[in-house]
Amino acid sequence: MFTFELLANVLVAGILLGGFYAAISLGLSLSFGLLDIVNIAHPAFIIFGSYMAYLLNTTWGVDPVLAGLLFAGPFYFLGVTVYRIYYESFEKTGAESLRGLVFFFGIFFLIEVIFIITFGVDYRLVRAPYIGESFHVGVVGIAGRLFVPFLVGVAMTVALYLFLSKTFFGKAVMGVAQDSLAVRLMGADPTRLKTIAFGIGIATTSVAGALLIIIGPVEPSIGRDYIGRVFAITVLGGMGSIAGTFVAALILGVAESLTSAFFGPSWSLAVSFGILLLVLAVRPAGLFGR
Amino acid sequence: MSRIPKFVISVLALFATIVISFVPVAQAAKPVKIGFGMALTGGLALAGRAAVLAMKIWRDDVNKRGGLLGRKVELVYYDDKTKPAEVPAIYAKLIDVDKVDFVVSGYGTNLIVPAIPTVADRKMVFMTLFGLAANSKLKYRYYFQIMPAGPKPMTDWSNGYFEIAAKQKPKPKTIAFLAADAEFARNAVAGARQNAKKYGFKIVYDKTYPPKTADFTSTLRAIKAANADLVYIASYPPGSVGVTKAAKEIGLKPKLFGGTMVGLQYAAFLKNLGPMLNGMVNYDFWVPESTLDFPGIEEFLKKYQARAPKEKLDPLGHYLPPFAYSYVQILGQAIEATKSFDQKTVGEYIRTHEFTTVVGKVKFAPNGEWATTRMLMVQYQNIVGHDVKQFFGPGKRVVLYPKSVRSGNIIYPFPGFK
Repeated sequence: MFTFELLANVLVAGILLGGFYAAISLGLSLSFGLLDIVNIAHPAFIIFGSYMAYLLNTTWGVDPVLAGLLFAGPFYFLGVTVYRIYYESFEKTGAESLRGLVFFFGIFFLIEVIFIITFGVDYRLVRAPYIGESFHVGVVGIAGRLFVPFLVGVAMTVALYLFLSKTFFGKAVMGVAQDSLAVRLMGADPTRLKTIAFGIGIATTSVAGALLIIIGPVEPSIGRDYIGRVFAITVLGGMGSIAGTFVAALILGVAESLTSAFFGPSWSLAVSFGILLLVLAVRPAGLFGR
Repeated sequence: MSRIPKFVISVLALFATIVISFVPVAQAAKPVKIGFGMALTGGLALAGRAAVLAMKIWRDDVNKRGGLLGRKVELVYYDDKTKPAEVPAIYAKLIDVDKVDFVVSGYGTNLIVPAIPTVADRKMVFMTLFGLAANSKLKYRYYFQIMPAGPKPMTDWSNGYFEIAAKQKPKPKTIAFLAADAEFARNAVAGARQNAKKYGFKIVYDKTYPPKTADFTSTLRAIKAANADLVYIASYPPGSVGVTKAAKEIGLKPKLFGGTMVGLQYAAFLKNLGPMLNGMVNYDFWVPESTLDFPGIEEFLKKYQARAPKEKLDPLGHYLPPFAYSYVQILGQAIEATKSFDQKTVGEYIRTHEFTTVVGKVKFAPNGEWATTRMLMVQYQNIVGHDVKQFFGPGKRVVLYPKSVRSGNIIYPFPGFK
């Protein structure tokens, strides 16, 4: 059954899937990896993004990716609001560890229930010219449904990487992650920096949600399926490393793809998490962690 | 002094007479409670909520006619959250606390099985909704299952697919199986494997996938490499969509493609996939073909379709709702025919009689399944564009099997995805 054509196709499919995984994990890499906020509600915000893309797509025929970008602004302010509540209620009083986790669990279920009440429990899908179509490069077939999320995932990774490493504000956010007290001594406001960074993390879920609904159907509780994946990618890549998140996402995507094709899809998640355990045993801080 | 006691006695006597005369009326007015757990949230909520709507329509129909033996029907139900662990407690509460007169099941095998021990322990009639071989181990006497799988549900379920394939010339030789790693899909493929052996097909690919799989491209690539004549998929809704799209993208073109793909009966998927479905052969239970135009079905669907959009449910309602209506319809017919609310009397009546329902004539085999299978194999044909209206009428899901309700001919081999 093994052929080089099959191998090439499976590898490419894995890389494309990895790009999508990167897109849905980047926001968590910011909030959990850099800011140390266990935002367990991250997948619920992604589902929120999916529904917004669905609304614009079915009502006005707006391309899902464009819809995701249009909603990135409102999502940023949503993230800012959520962080302010979290900060005032938990972080400020030093009660962020366990009660903060409960807070994000609460948000997770709240978003889920709101969508069940508003949209019902039916699956939602979008239409776009590239969904269900494919093109060939030599013997390799590339599905538009995976290629577009991959491209967007790469663009998001590059943008976030440049933002954090090249801009003054980005460097300040990295500073907060490394030593919050030192940043305060320099006269900067770590809370404000964290608020903005958390807002950016939630803004990414708007686009990630649009990519999710391009890949497959979405219903209010489907976010639960992604909790394990996004946290695994963030930890595997190294806490707070954008490049690490991207590489980890590619590794999991390719591993899942190769396992599915050559050993059976039922092993794919086991292999992915096996890789996570193996890497953490050798490098506890993750691939790019410091 | 002596007149007062007489007066009091007279008043008491009058009061007693009034009370006694009203007692039967009060008993008659006491509603018949039918209790059940149902998936109102979680993975099966879409189907569960549609089932509740269908049951409410039945309740309203019955109450409009004066109820069951003069007693109004009341539905008592709780959300099982699509969690089997919630089910035993729900049924214990329904029976012991709510004191319901009858219980029926929630939707799906996984949520039926945990209820059977509690219900069987109280020796109550148990009408059930879409359980695949759920009573095969417990063999409860008063278990009755409404899905038309047939007396041998494991193999009857997919027999149509294999019978259709075996009749084609030249006869296809090889088959690939892909199933979701969950009880229902595994059962479906276990039966399909037996059928593959029975009809002489060689299995060249046989794998399961985790229900949380995000993309199927690589899996479908492996199936394509296996070069099977037949591809049989047993999937849940997200998988059904993912597999179909990935199969189209990689240009998979076996001679027959489909099987047990849950979800492709719902408007949301029919509308989204549209012409991509043309040529696929999949299971179904009821479709709007003239051969399945049973008395009462049109009237029921009109009521369902009028209420479904408001409740954000599947606007078609072809898949589960008619059967959710029928399983309580049978219970009601048995109560009226026996003029009894006694569990044993009603249960024995259901075991031995045929019922006329909106899904046709139903008679149960000794194991509580339909005495004769009526699992449909339909082929999606002539789907044009993505307008959902086309699926309300006939001609889009043509019945190929069984012969008794066949409504058209197969397009073979599978023309490939468009």
